[in-house]
Amino acid sequence: MPVVSPVAPRPLSASLAKAVPAIISVGLLAVAWQLYATYSGIKPTILPAPSRVLEQAMLNRDALIDNAVPTIRATLAGFACSLAAAFALSMLVDFFQPMRRALFPVFIVSQTLPLVAIAPLVVLWFGFGLAPKIMLVALVTFFPMLVALVQGYEATEVEIGQMLRAMGAGRWRVFVVARLPSALPYFFAGLRISITYAVVGAIFAEYAGAAKGLGIYMLNAKNNFRPDLVLAAVGVSATLTLVLFGLTVLLQRLAMPWERAGQQRAGKVPRQ
Amino acid sequence: MRRLELRHVRKAFDGLDVLADISLSVGAGEFVSILGPSGAGKSTLFQLLTGAEHGEGEMFFDGAPLDDHGRHFAFMPQRDALMPWRRILDNTTLGLEVQGVKRKAARARVASLFAEFGLAGFERHFPAQLSGGMRQRAALLRTVVQERDMLLLDEPFGALDALTRAAMQRWLEQMWRHHRWTALLITHDVREAVFLSDRIYVLSARPARVVREIRVPLPRPRDPAGAAAQQAGALEAEILDILLNPQPFKGHDHD
Ligand SMILES: Nc1ncnc2c1ncn2[C@@H]1O[C@H](COP(=O)(O)OP(=O)(O)O)[C@@H](O)[C@H]1O
Ligand SMILES: [Mg+2]
Repeated sequence: MPVVSPVAPRPLSASLAKAVPAIISVGLLAVAWQLYATYSGIKPTILPAPSRVLEQAMLNRDALIDNAVPTIRATLAGFACSLAAAFALSMLVDFFQPMRRALFPVFIVSQTLPLVAIAPLVVLWFGFGLAPKIMLVALVTFFPMLVALVQGYEATEVEIGQMLRAMGAGRWRVFVVARLPSALPYFFAGLRISITYAVVGAIFAEYAGAAKGLGIYMLNAKNNFRPDLVLAAVGVSATLTLVLFGLTVLLQRLAMPWERAGQQRAGKVPRQ
Repeated sequence: MRRLELRHVRKAFDGLDVLADISLSVGAGEFVSILGPSGAGKSTLFQLLTGAEHGEGEMFFDGAPLDDHGRHFAFMPQRDALMPWRRILDNTTLGLEVQGVKRKAARARVASLFAEFGLAGFERHFPAQLSGGMRQRAALLRTVVQERDMLLLDEPFGALDALTRAAMQRWLEQMWRHHRWTALLITHDVREAVFLSDRIYVLSARPARVVREIRVPLPRPRDPAGAAAQQAGALEAEILDILLNPQPFKGHDHD
């Protein structure tokens, strides 16, 4: 029998090394932008240099943080709703196949709605509070997760299903023991796509009308001819998205320990 | 004593005849193989037995018609069907868990078998960390620990390399002598069928019928290099000849 090596955690330096190309490309982009803004003679009210954006971001950090909080709140609340709805509906569709034909066209249409048109309407109907933001975030994040879950259930190995039924397992048991765990990799793929839409969805909703939030902050900054502050807010929202994205990756590692264990098999080099 | 008996079982999928006429029986404590070419319909037969599909003809267990309610079989599917997300220990207790056995009791029952199955020390590993042979033994452990009346093994060693397969066949023969399970094994490997079985049913290509029933009177423990090796070789040659030179079908000649 081949020797099986014990599971060793991947060293942190390896994870950091993976980030190096990304850091370099972003850095080069920033340098090019800085050079162009400095030497082309373009006005800072049209295109501010990154150094100026950074400087203004620091000066206005209280306002930025103050406005980021409601955006984060709307993002997380909307995402939680969307997650719950995606799970509930994916199960409904999995247990009652006809529901799929009934519901999917509706969901697909919901994905074709232009946010620019929908956001003001939702605000008009539900006011300037948290509710319309939650709804818009849910609207843009719900579908990728639903599709991922439904597809994931279907990816369950046929033999596992046959074996479980031969053991005497009912549908619910098969779902919990086999279909749900089989869907996990698909679910996380969907989650990663969704999470990148989530912050943008919240900002869109705020743009259409809000008392506070990154969206309304951007709108005001633009109206005051402060593209530096618009870009500072964009930086904050991008950072938010990156952090959320990183959290999903971390969550996946915690939820699927067998994935990395599988790469540790003797003779198999972990993918970098 | 006959435990499993099939009479003129047939099965078609949307007009595709898969099983044309299968009659066979398995006695208590007997190891029987179904040998046939790939795509003949062997796995389909197990689907009928486990109730995943329904066909025509009669199926009896201990003289009573098979229905969905009686759970006589512990079934090992063609691929090992280990759940990648469960550790080996939790994979092997799966059948007991479904039966409603408490986790602690289930673990105690499988624990005593880990050494015998060559898996001691790998309880906490994930399936992806095991070699092919170990995975098959884990799948087999999961199957036998259910303590059903009969084992249904669908090409358990089909995916293994030749050396590992030979080692596994010897190991299984030894295990069987010890436990005397009533077992029905599907294989397309002539040597494996002769080495392991008391009797062999040879199937035709699809649509499958039983073309020959062959008794294997070789002494146990089976020894591929022993005195009976020549006899085994002759049997293998005979079976291979049946498989490679199919006779045109002239109506059934059994019963
Ligand atoms: N659920 C199914 N629906 C339609 N055709 C099937 C189904 N299951 C098996 N078949 C067909 O039946 C034939 C026999 O399959 P199988 O029993 O898996 O063969 P074997 O196990 O002998 O290799 C194949 O042609 C396969 O395509
Ligand atoms: Mg098969």
